[in-house]
Amino acid sequence: MKRALLLIVVGALYVLHQDFWFWRAARPLVFGFIPIGLFYHACYTVVTAIVMWLLVKHAWPSHLEERVGDEATPRGGDRPVAVSPTLPVAAERGGEQ
Amino acid sequence: MIPAIFVFTYLAIVLYIGIFAFRRSAHREEAEDYFLAGRSLGPYVFLFSLFGTNMTAFAILGSSGHAFNNGIVTFGLMASSSALIIPLSLFFIGTRVWALGKKYGFITPVQMFRDRWECSHIGTVIFVVQAAFLIPYIIIGVMGGGTALSAISGGRVPFWFGGALVAMVVMSYVFFGGMRGTAWVNTFQTVLFLCFGAIALVVIGIGMGGFRQSAEALLASPGTAPLLTRERVSPLFFFSYTFIPLSSIAFPHITIFCLTARKMNQFKKTVILYPFCMLALWMPCVFLGVMANRMTDVPQIQQKLEARRALAVEGPSLTPDERDTLREKMIADDVLLLLLERYAPIWLAGLLGAGIMAAVMASDSQILALSTMFTEDVFAFYGGKRRFGEAAQVHTGRLFIILITIVAYAVALRAPQNIFDLAVQYAFSGYAALSPLLVAALFWKRSTKWGALASTVWAALSVGAVALFQYLVPAPAPGPPVVMWSIAGVEVLSRTPGGTAVFGLMPVVPMTIISAVLLVVVSFFTSKPSTATVERYFAGSPGKRSVL
Repeated sequence: MKRALLLIVVGALYVLHQDFWFWRAARPLVFGFIPIGLFYHACYTVVTAIVMWLLVKHAWPSHLEERVGDEATPRGGDRPVAVSPTLPVAAERGGEQ
Repeated sequence: MIPAIFVFTYLAIVLYIGIFAFRRSAHREEAEDYFLAGRSLGPYVFLFSLFGTNMTAFAILGSSGHAFNNGIVTFGLMASSSALIIPLSLFFIGTRVWALGKKYGFITPVQMFRDRWECSHIGTVIFVVQAAFLIPYIIIGVMGGGTALSAISGGRVPFWFGGALVAMVVMSYVFFGGMRGTAWVNTFQTVLFLCFGAIALVVIGIGMGGFRQSAEALLASPGTAPLLTRERVSPLFFFSYTFIPLSSIAFPHITIFCLTARKMNQFKKTVILYPFCMLALWMPCVFLGVMANRMTDVPQIQQKLEARRALAVEGPSLTPDERDTLREKMIADDVLLLLLERYAPIWLAGLLGAGIMAAVMASDSQILALSTMFTEDVFAFYGGKRRFGEAAQVHTGRLFIILITIVAYAVALRAPQNIFDLAVQYAFSGYAALSPLLVAALFWKRSTKWGALASTVWAALSVGAVALFQYLVPAPAPGPPVVMWSIAGVEVLSRTPGGTAVFGLMPVVPMTIISAVLLVVVSFFTSKPSTATVERYFAGSPGKRSVL
């Protein structure tokens, strides 16, 4: 439920990027010199960082690290398709390609 | 000449960092240590280095130049959209790439694709396409170094010498330091150019007597008032641009960089703080680029403004060549340098010049990535490592770095820069069109190598087709686009002043969507990888150890 809500927030954030409502407006000038359209996108960037923090806090894919865990294998570990075969894999398999 | 001395000092520091990194790993001739810094980067080096790697010369010089001609829309187009899409792609894709790399020892994305889809030569095709999109960046980096050093020294350092010096310094620290040296240098550079933005804003703001008066003056003139709004671009174009940051994670140097983190937790700070870094760098550059329109007493800026006015007023009656000449005069990548020259004291201009060099010298990661890809995906894969050993693999990587640098320098001396500027522009769309490969490999069990091949070939062909179209059909004058193909009154293909439009969208949108559709459709009609391979990647079978 929490993750679904976060996905909706991310979707909403994408939609909010298309702020057609400030398209032709320069005023008000925030602090007397920042056009409203630019100020909106500066605030948008800050809100993005906050949403990222929420994602990290509530939807961090920690299962990835747990599954990798301490059993991380050095190069060429438990892969059936080796990184550095003498011949291309296809040739070893009888030329599937 | 004083600014140039600051820049030379900066280059010496950068070189020292690379050699210091070499000493740290002098006794290790392991590919993983050289190409991935032993998967050992800490959180802040990871954040700053990743950010610095993503920010090319365009971030500082190009963004202010684009804002000078197009207005505040530059920030929404390129910065705030990237501030959303890039952290999201790191969150969803970067972490998974890291986990798979850690588990199975991958060093390049092609290794992962080969393993995930049980393919060999298709992986080589992906390598070739990725490399072809990456090479223009390296050449542009050398050209940028030569141009910037020449500009900072007031023309005393010639282009050929500046380019050679920058190429030598970059080559040396990549050669000696590998990924560790590159990451440390990038961290140093990022800190430098993040400070640059803030200092430049304050110094120029004080010099101009505050921005309030300039903003009001820009609004009062009909020629410049639209620069403070977004009316110069269409909402469809603005929407299209959100597809461009998808290219970031698909760039091999970024995918490879995701493998360097010591722990997955290192991604957390990067995901959260990346938008702030975008804000800190882009906001001053875009704002100052717009404000530079007020500096009509600077001759170079006046020339650009006149060219813009001439193109807008007389454009339709001019020949394509005359329009191109005016467009070249409008190029405003030097406005920030001109503002600094006008307002910053000479010692500060030198310091800030070093900050600009830091941004220009972003080709290091691409050189290293290309070398990593060649040694892993070609040399090692086709038997070189087994035959000659791991130390030979690292030596081959270093040799390749020298070779790329020499070739890039030779091309940079002879070829006109605008060709490579265009190639870089296409490369963004090309890598965005390659992004479905990563998504499919990591999230879709049913995806196949043939689907990946279809997607890759499409990305290469569509980039070539857009380049050819823009070469054959000259850019029109500012105003409505030239419609080349329409169906029932709907504009399908148009040539716009800035590029190409497909249904009013930038080509990157159909390129990416069709790439994804091809991957799905072709995958459905071809046989999927073996169950054993799929189960190593995806959970689902009890007792099987999967990663994703």
